[in-house]
Amino acid sequence: MADKTDDIELRLLLEAIFRKYHYDFRGYSMASVKRRLTQARDHFGCSTFSQLQDRVLHDSSVLPELLSYLTVQVSELFRDPDYFRAIREQVVPHLRTYPSLKVWVAGCSAGEELYSMAILFREEGLEEKTLFYGTDINPDALKRAEAGVYPLERIPLFTENHRKSGGKSSLSDYYTAAYGAAVFDKSLRQRAVFSDHSLVSDAVFAEVQLISCRNVLIYFDLGIQDRAVGLFSDSLVRKGFLGLGAKESLRFSRHSESFVEFSRDEKIYQKRGTV
Amino acid sequence: MNALSRERQPAPVAVPPEAVVIGASAGAVEALSVLLPALPGDFPLPVLTVVHLPSDRKSLLASVLKSKCQMDVREVEDKEPMESGTVYFAPPDYHLLVEADLRLSLSSEAPVLFSRPSIDVLFESAADIFGPALIGVILTGANCDGSRGLRAVTDAGGVALVQRPDQAQAKTMPQAALEACHTARSLSIPEIAVFLQEAVTRK
Repeated sequence: MADKTDDIELRLLLEAIFRKYHYDFRGYSMASVKRRLTQARDHFGCSTFSQLQDRVLHDSSVLPELLSYLTVQVSELFRDPDYFRAIREQVVPHLRTYPSLKVWVAGCSAGEELYSMAILFREEGLEEKTLFYGTDINPDALKRAEAGVYPLERIPLFTENHRKSGGKSSLSDYYTAAYGAAVFDKSLRQRAVFSDHSLVSDAVFAEVQLISCRNVLIYFDLGIQDRAVGLFSDSLVRKGFLGLGAKESLRFSRHSESFVEFSRDEKIYQKRGTV
Repeated sequence: MNALSRERQPAPVAVPPEAVVIGASAGAVEALSVLLPALPGDFPLPVLTVVHLPSDRKSLLASVLKSKCQMDVREVEDKEPMESGTVYFAPPDYHLLVEADLRLSLSSEAPVLFSRPSIDVLFESAADIFGPALIGVILTGANCDGSRGLRAVTDAGGVALVQRPDQAQAKTMPQAALEACHTARSLSIPEIAVFLQEAVTRK
């Protein structure tokens, strides 16, 4: 069956974005990319993806806005509290045995997951010896992650999640409320580095004990998923940990043999000791 | 689906269906407890289902229905290949979409009409992939999610079935779907089950 016209145009648009700006969405899950770019197309008042391609190629101010459609940014502090409870109760005892720690939050978006991890590590007394890396491809999201400012109306949910995750203190210890926003304590990111890094095209940059990458792989097709999981495998120390989203798995990955299931329910994997 | 691709679609023709999509909200468990067990274990199509549930990510829906159904029933894991004879449920707090390679993918993007998973998102994506070879079914529910999606199914040449509003536990969703989609057929749940079985034996 021949490609539908809009699918041809969609592929060409992604190719154009890659060639001109080096953002590579060609290996993303097309169903949701198409949905999001359809919204972007309507937002920019274009009637076809080809028109949108014309705009993005000839007007560089279009790209940043387009990126916000192409990268999905939905997260919460301590999203899926049971996951963080499993990190706290099952993974932290292993992490305690290392003299120093590196944690990579891949696809950190606006930083919610990284702040969750930093709070958890402080509560468990691991913060002093830990360096956190937060990476994403969206510069705007990275700026927001570095600022650590979230709308005040999100705080009740964050607080409830933190409590359910087994939090040992009050979440209000970690932020200051002002002008309708909650500003998270600077000291939480003293040991954090936020940086531009693409799981699609960039390489290993550190050897780490824990990678948390949740609800990022779902946006990739199997080929790019394999690349990203290979990158995780190469970045982890032996017996290092990889946490995925609740409905993500390594079942379909080429690298599934490099990992064992550590917590099946919470999708936490451990890299094999001998590879 | 945009105007361009819609123009390319031929007039609705009877083609062998390749998949069924079902959307339901308030009253879903009761409705699905009648519809799904009526399908035989060797039903030759994948059945993709979105039910609105609280966003707490653990749902008992699939395991409850599995015990009553002859078909295999499970919650989707990202990139799972679609298999016939299986009922797939969108997990709570994720949208469910169909990829061109007939794998199922999930998404955490924003709720649509306050819902994640969204019936519209599944139906529009499935309509895009299956075109006329899709059957869309809207059951009981107290909102209007699914109307746009069902319209996308018929615009692509697929078949639209809606539970009779007077028999639905919550009428709003079937009524909205019938208003949005004039070629949809309004049937009782047992009639929908019969329709689905005849659709796969007609080929």
